[in-house]
Amino acid sequence: MSSKKKWLETTYRQASERPIRFSTVSDMELDPLYTPDDVSGSYDDAIGNPGEFPYTRGVYGSMYRGRLWTMRQFAGFGLAEDTNARFHFLLGQGQDGLSTAFDMPTLMGYDADHERALGEVGREGVSVSTVYDMATLFNRIPLDKVSTSMTVNCSASILLAMYLVVAERNGIPWDRVGGTIQNDMLKEYIAQKEWICPPRPALRIVTDMIEFCARKVPRWHAVSISGYHIREAGSTAVQELAFTIADGICYVEDAIKRGLSVDDFAQRLSFFWNLHNDFLEEVAKLRAARRLWARIMKDRFGAKNPKSMMLRTHAQTAGASLTAQQPMNNVVRVAIQALAGVLGGVQSLHTNSMDETLALPTEQAVMVALRTQQVIAEETGVTNTIDPFGGSYAVEALTDRMEREASDYIRRIDEMGGMIKAIETGYPQREIAEAAFHFQRQLEQGIKTVVGVNKYSMPEEIPIATLKIDAAIEEKQIQRVRKVKRERNSAAVKAALARVAEVCRSGENLMEPICEAVRHDATVGEVSDIFRAEFGVYTDPGWI
Amino acid sequence: MADKRLRILVAKPGLDGHDRGAKIIARALRDGGFEVIYTGLHQTPEMIAEAAVQEDADAVGLSVLSGAHMTLFPEVMRLLKERGAGDVAVFGGGIIPDEDAAKLKAMGVRQIFTPGASTEDIVKWVRENVAPR
Repeated sequence: MSSKKKWLETTYRQASERPIRFSTVSDMELDPLYTPDDVSGSYDDAIGNPGEFPYTRGVYGSMYRGRLWTMRQFAGFGLAEDTNARFHFLLGQGQDGLSTAFDMPTLMGYDADHERALGEVGREGVSVSTVYDMATLFNRIPLDKVSTSMTVNCSASILLAMYLVVAERNGIPWDRVGGTIQNDMLKEYIAQKEWICPPRPALRIVTDMIEFCARKVPRWHAVSISGYHIREAGSTAVQELAFTIADGICYVEDAIKRGLSVDDFAQRLSFFWNLHNDFLEEVAKLRAARRLWARIMKDRFGAKNPKSMMLRTHAQTAGASLTAQQPMNNVVRVAIQALAGVLGGVQSLHTNSMDETLALPTEQAVMVALRTQQVIAEETGVTNTIDPFGGSYAVEALTDRMEREASDYIRRIDEMGGMIKAIETGYPQREIAEAAFHFQRQLEQGIKTVVGVNKYSMPEEIPIATLKIDAAIEEKQIQRVRKVKRERNSAAVKAALARVAEVCRSGENLMEPICEAVRHDATVGEVSDIFRAEFGVYTDPGWI
Repeated sequence: MADKRLRILVAKPGLDGHDRGAKIIARALRDGGFEVIYTGLHQTPEMIAEAAVQEDADAVGLSVLSGAHMTLFPEVMRLLKERGAGDVAVFGGGIIPDEDAAKLKAMGVRQIFTPGASTEDIVKWVRENVAPR
């Protein structure tokens, strides 16, 4: 009998146990104890040292002893100049990378003056309809020195084109521009639900961007393969891991089908994970993700360049874990989630602000969130040694288990014919909705606790200050867009848009024609309209 | 008519894709014994008012997390009235500040649920406050 089994049947059985369910936030039940019996495989094969295959302990040799993660707070609201001011504030506070939040119309491919944009302009992010808005957004920011992340998906090709045109107008060649565009359309159908056309043409545009960036913008990450939104939609940690890696497999397969060699583009694929409340589960998820991706890239796709096997990632604390009740408590949640990210070895991090279940964050709340990262980096000492959880029986056992369970999901998706087919049948969507409902039930039955909501609640909430978006900005932005449309050379715009439409049909790479259209002042909505006309419009199947 | 099952239209107006809450509520209402119709995402106020009439809904539950509630809720209310369905009970949820919730209620929105509301409370509220039309 193993020593663990013996201990369970003797010492542990005689000890007391609280009458609760000992499971993670994803409802994965845990053993009372993990011992050497739970960890299999040799150290070199299964774990390995940092900077070495399979990268379980980190993608870089010296990790945070070499370079801290990039502190990258996601920001965007109102008009371009409002967000530009927030960018300068953040850079002034010691943040070292920018991350742009666009408003819903921009994200869905509508101009500010479209009727569907009514009431949404500048609300959830910054409104960008034209290349002039983009120029204002990055005013006085050196695009060759600061790396920028843009969270945008179905209209990503247009926003990237605008960014590149702004760079060229500032005299910065494309090969010196560095950053990331989210551009992960598969997870849109699965979770975030921002789309224009159906999955297959959407994937074609993504692959166009991967190909274009590999050739023309070598420092740009053309896709950020995102588990974040999958988790926010209510998935478990294993589902987040599995569906995200399966999305990555789909992008790699499509780019290879295009004729690219895996080592030509794989090192520019990056990832984006959620950091939820369950501390050990999150650390294990990040470690499992690196190992899983490294093995897939090497064994399944035959990558030769080690950089193609390294899963480099951004991470963000879980918005869905924050509570409107007793919002100050969110500061604590964010700190613990961020710590899990750091102990999980992320390359870039966003910490949410305490007030984000109520509104977009105030400057003060954003500062506390950024300071949280700085405290972790410079006061806690967790950066002194690499992957301090490596070798922990519990964390290694959980890492193994998450890799195994995610692999099972990936196998099922392969059997369905890949992620596009799985999405078309609603498989990942239903799995996530099921998990979200299960968690809600557990919350209402008191099996799971959210402090301040279903336990330790207070009759009266103490209100905190929130950011208000001035309703007048919508009209101002509408007038701006209309002015551009009035004053530009409309024959040139028309010709450039016709060329985009032609390339939609011919199958050539779309990025150069989109850049050309943007140079002639074509708008986000106009290029999106070409996609709508050429590829059709996707509508939500509305599965409950 | 007392035993007629209430018909609830759960709708997602506007452009935001946050459907986690709407889907959970739709399912909880269905489990609670109501007839539930879910519109899916990205509906215009016209589409929602039209669906409410077509589906003969007794109530419409709107979910908005994009901050556009002060535009979208009143528009749905107006269009319902225009179609002679002003008596449909409109309720909703999302990231809605207290002061906005008060304004919406003054406009005739019956109830606003904010983050942390339990599905049980919502089912109970519908049972106690929505009457068949």
